[in-house]
Amino acid sequence: MYEFDWSSIPGALPFLWEGMKVTLVITVQAVLIGIVWGTLLAMMRLSPIKALSWFAAGYVNLFRAVPLVMVLLWFFLIVPEFVGQLFNIPRGTDMRLSSAMAGFALFESAYYSEIIRAGIQSVPKGQISAASALGMTYAQAMRLVVLPQAFRNMVPLLLTQGIILFQDTSLVYVSALADFFGAAYKVGDRDGRLVEMLLFAGAVYFVICFSASLLVKRLQKKYSTA
Amino acid sequence: MIKITNVSKHYGDFKVLTDCTTSVSKGEVIVVCGPSGSGKSTLIKCVNGLEPFQAGEIFVDGTSVGDPKTNLSKLRAKVGMVFQNFELFPHMSITQNLAIAQVKVLGRSQEEAMDKGLKLLDRVGLKAQAAKFPGQLSGGQQQRVAIARALAMDPICMLFDEPTSALDPEMVNEVLDVMTELAHEGMTMMCVTHEMGFAKRVADRVIFMDQGHIVEDDSKEEFFANPRSERAQQFLAKILHH
Ligand SMILES: Nc1ncnc2c1ncn2[C@@H]1O[C@H](COP(=O)(O)OP(=O)(O)OP(=O)(O)O)[C@@H](O)[C@H]1O
Ligand SMILES: [Mg+2]
Repeated sequence: MYEFDWSSIPGALPFLWEGMKVTLVITVQAVLIGIVWGTLLAMMRLSPIKALSWFAAGYVNLFRAVPLVMVLLWFFLIVPEFVGQLFNIPRGTDMRLSSAMAGFALFESAYYSEIIRAGIQSVPKGQISAASALGMTYAQAMRLVVLPQAFRNMVPLLLTQGIILFQDTSLVYVSALADFFGAAYKVGDRDGRLVEMLLFAGAVYFVICFSASLLVKRLQKKYSTA
Repeated sequence: MIKITNVSKHYGDFKVLTDCTTSVSKGEVIVVCGPSGSGKSTLIKCVNGLEPFQAGEIFVDGTSVGDPKTNLSKLRAKVGMVFQNFELFPHMSITQNLAIAQVKVLGRSQEEAMDKGLKLLDRVGLKAQAAKFPGQLSGGQQQRVAIARALAMDPICMLFDEPTSALDPEMVNEVLDVMTELAHEGMTMMCVTHEMGFAKRVADRVIFMDQGHIVEDDSKEEFFANPRSERAQQFLAKILHH
């Protein structure tokens, strides 16, 4: 029978914390870029200019039809070659973190743009008419009237997508980048205590995601009664 | 002030407006009525360019609405519009609703806009509601705020699209009273409404529309005494018996 030995965990905490920082950096930047770029994509998709709308639709459909792991591999294997040549970055420079960040941000933008598009469409058309009738330009009507209402409706969905993203960051193991999961794996392997370390890592993911979901639910309740 | 000449509009094969011609002089109050789907909303939205049209011309204060070179936002800032469903901005307080376009479109300072907003709010009898949000007001109150919001832009004329038809009956009059007062102050108004009492008291002319055509365009005395078309006679008989 397997004997659990948790004694290696306290010593591993500093290393795990380094990994958690990588995970958080990737998550936060992907959420922020995803929301900004996703908003632009959603507005392009809804714009009357055909070229913009097609570009946005193509982008979203492409990224939604490809597994995330594969996108990360592209960004890990192929893109650094191009970018390296473009900007004369010496071969062998470690671009794994920036590749992973770019991959996540561009991938998540596709999902965020669909959430945001639904949010924009949930605002009644009459609101744009009223804003236009007051002399606002289309851009002003979007920025001052439509988007604030759309985002208010969307906050729970955006946060939930952020929680999914937080879990998905573990996929950076394909580039051997030491995020929280990667760090747990490495240190567990080193100490010969892989099972304990991965159980511990799983518990940490669970606690963080579960409490974040509860928070989102609470927020949702507060918004819907307000 | 408003000059509509041979305006036509269609969605595919479906003609919404056919050859509509009329005009509104400064200080005049026009009531537009007609059965559902006759194109009243479409016509009034063409006046400030919210709806594009394919043929004809509309001039507002000498500016051509259909001309692609016209800055429509600038034109709309001078033309007030009130909608059936109020369309206040629900994420802003009443004062913010009144101030936002003054600040962002006309470039007024925040204080000036607040001041003007409060004055107009007082005028429609809602000063006490200034800090509330639209969702906290009754329909009639919201519509009065919407009128005040349009007036805050110092419009040269006002367009109303069935401003009372989404209201409970007991709230209709508070809105009509505000409109009546406005008319007596000399505001140029084009009102789509089925409130024939309002038309009789306040309107200078009545336009009757049917299937995208302007069928009658008469002084109100003429319109109510002896409408020429059969459709208008039927319409009046039906609506006055309510
Ligand atoms: N986007 C659109 N596509 C196709 N048909 C439309 C569109 N918008 C309006 N219509 C049609 O145009 C006609 C005129 O509509 P409009 O809203 O101007 O009528 P209305 O006189 O204001 O009616 P109501 O009293 O119901 O408000 C209607 O038959 C309507 O179905
Ligand atoms: Mg209508």
